[in-house]
Amino acid sequence: MSPMASETLSPTDFVALDGNAAGGLLRQLFVFDVTVARVVCSGCRSSHLLAALKLYGHPMGSILRCPDCHATLVRVVAHEPEYWLDMRGVESLHVSLP
Amino acid sequence: MAIPGKSSATAVTREPPATRLQWRIAEVTALRDETPRARSLTLRVADWTGHIAGQHMDVRLTAADGYQTQRSYSIASIPQASELELLVDLIPEGEVSPYLTQEVRPGDRIEMRGPIGGYFVWTAAHGGPLMLIAAGSGVVPLASMLAYRAQAAPGLPTRLLYSVRTSEDIIFRPRLDSWARQDPTLTVVLTLTRGAPIDWTGYRRRIDMDMLRQVAFSRDQSPLAYVCGPTSMVEETADHLVALGYPPERVRTERFGPSGDPR
Repeated sequence: MSPMASETLSPTDFVALDGNAAGGLLRQLFVFDVTVARVVCSGCRSSHLLAALKLYGHPMGSILRCPDCHATLVRVVAHEPEYWLDMRGVESLHVSLP
Repeated sequence: MAIPGKSSATAVTREPPATRLQWRIAEVTALRDETPRARSLTLRVADWTGHIAGQHMDVRLTAADGYQTQRSYSIASIPQASELELLVDLIPEGEVSPYLTQEVRPGDRIEMRGPIGGYFVWTAAHGGPLMLIAAGSGVVPLASMLAYRAQAAPGLPTRLLYSVRTSEDIIFRPRLDSWARQDPTLTVVLTLTRGAPIDWTGYRRRIDMDMLRQVAFSRDQSPLAYVCGPTSMVEETADHLVALGYPPERVRTERFGPSGDPR
């Protein structure tokens, strides 16, 4: 199948998404669904569920930003089979496992 | 900072043992135009074991030169269904949706992984009353919740407030009408934001505080709210619900849609 072959490729669909949509990507790295974790932003110390962070998808990787101060909390680059994860913007991560 | 021992995270939904999500091949079995710009795709996935209402799938397309791109689409079908229904809204300048809405044919094979998501999900154990609020294709995961509710929690007081531009943009109108007709405990309220038929008796504006005051369950009924649509609609609506006394943790949100306003 080569559906994209004849198309002009734009960098993104200009879609505004949140952390819910990063669930599949992050599930490659975590043994549980990390979108239900509560994360604290190291920039402004506000806390949000990861599902509620703003997701910016780029060809080079995905970025999750704080909805309050827009600091970068999580960066993921997937270049199968290699993954690169930067979570330095997350001060802490709290999850309730079943 | 969350206090250790205090449950400020949402409980992880029980899942099969930890394995990586694999990309799988789904076969398109049926296509249906739902609105002039949204198409329903029915797909068969080998060994499909169902999903939880509200979850989505990641869809990946690969070009002849190896370029890959992926998008997430909410699952519209009832969780126990043997085949999967996705709803794809056409974004004219998009990379993926023009293919899925215009080119794809029954028998085509598409790569996908999922089901995905443990936050914007509803099971009977979550209870209610259930306050569902959507704009545009944000109704898709809520339609799965409504289909599931009809079987798993009939009689659970439920309201759907659904905002679209015009009457022809209403996604899943036949099933919404049919559920509401059959079930006195379900109320469906539509609002048209850009031109309504002359005989339209419903709301004719975007979802706002006054509308929520009239339509939403009051806070003393301890409702559980799910809000899905474009970012600005989701954030305004969630803020209004919290102002009306809904605890923030009882307002679950999912933002999606083109940043151009589809309402």
